[in-house]
Amino acid sequence: MEATVTRTGTEGKTWGGGNEPLKVSYGKMMMWFFILSDALTFSGFLAAYGFARYKFSDSWPIADEVFNHFPFLHGVDAPMYYVALMTFILIFSSVTMVLAVDAGHQMKKAKVSFYMLLTIIGGIVFLGSQAWEWKNFIQGTYGAIETRGGNVLQVIDNEGHRVALDEFVVAAPTLRVQQTRSNALWFTDEPTLPRFTMEDVLVGFAANPNLHIRTQELTETGEKVILTRQASLAKLEKEGIGIIEGANLKKNEYGNPLFGDFFFFITGFHGFHVLTGVLINIIIFFNVLIGTYERRGHYEMVEKVGLYWHFVDLVWVFVFTFFYLV
Amino acid sequence: MAHDTTHAYESNSKRIWTVFIILSVITLVEVILGIIKPEFLTDTYFISLKLINWIFILLTIWKAYYITWAFMHMEGETKGLRRSVVWTAGFLIVYLLFILLTEGDYVYEVMQRGQVAWDF
Repeated sequence: MEATVTRTGTEGKTWGGGNEPLKVSYGKMMMWFFILSDALTFSGFLAAYGFARYKFSDSWPIADEVFNHFPFLHGVDAPMYYVALMTFILIFSSVTMVLAVDAGHQMKKAKVSFYMLLTIIGGIVFLGSQAWEWKNFIQGTYGAIETRGGNVLQVIDNEGHRVALDEFVVAAPTLRVQQTRSNALWFTDEPTLPRFTMEDVLVGFAANPNLHIRTQELTETGEKVILTRQASLAKLEKEGIGIIEGANLKKNEYGNPLFGDFFFFITGFHGFHVLTGVLINIIIFFNVLIGTYERRGHYEMVEKVGLYWHFVDLVWVFVFTFFYLV
Repeated sequence: MAHDTTHAYESNSKRIWTVFIILSVITLVEVILGIIKPEFLTDTYFISLKLINWIFILLTIWKAYYITWAFMHMEGETKGLRRSVVWTAGFLIVYLLFILLTEGDYVYEVMQRGQVAWDF
């Protein structure tokens, strides 16, 4: 063996090889650079959100009015409490993760697995909360009227409180039947028919003199523009084409369609990261249980998945700020 | 870090809980500010952004610092790794934000002055 080793004369010198200038293992360094590239991806999304917001800065929906639900508090205006709770859940699961890493350094298997389990539970609770948030967003609360120009008109009463379509519109009997593949001529179906037609809305609005229309434009002080009774009626008559309830990728009752698109895309992409994080955590958790890292002599794998998990938390901190606060 | 476990590792749990408390307090301050929205902060502008939004952004970066430095243990890495991750992200994001927000504002101006009606 000795004879086959090529000596270069540079052993032990800087360029002789075998250096570890960053003093981390390959896996951990690559996890860091993956996180870097992922961080840039999320920055791209959030910067694009910023672009859309600046472009429509005089008509962007007000987040406090959209995200104001809290479990078991029906009809109570609770802006931000729920996302704040979600933030705490995620930060806390980050804490249990770092405690697991800490226990790993001390080679305490029982402690590592306990904290990993708590982290996984935290992640699952967060995902559930996210799902509930999406459900509320998709379902909507009040409904709105769509205009020819693709804007939305919302209905409020004299005191400025939002009024749901259900409270003043009554669906008139109609002969129009939902077209399905089985009853249509060329086996084509159509999107679900709206519950109310524009005529129903006009009749209901005219019958309730205390109702006003709120446009999606913002005033100087950042409030939505409210029209007088006459202007409201005229606007509805001239521009209204139908109702919107809830949100999808094409339109939403909150205002600009891009608002819904970015909400689905950014929180969805983050939620997908949480989901993969939970799955990887579960794999590592079972590896801890069967003693893989105990035999390996170190818990670096827990540290690497920990880096990913903290990154997911880090992204949420920014999503929270730019979607809900700013 | 396999090479670190050779010597006795003292527990970090005290620092972890301290950082948790700091992060929670910052989040609480953000939420309270977001609910109250003091008029002074929402009416004052600094470099075409409301003062309250500057506060939110600074508090967020502060939180990000604690998560990265304490939880992801960036404070214990070498200067080389730290800078290759943090500076790369920092410079690229600042540039991206600058160009996209400036352009977004420009498009807004164009839509205001243009000959096309956007609300009809």
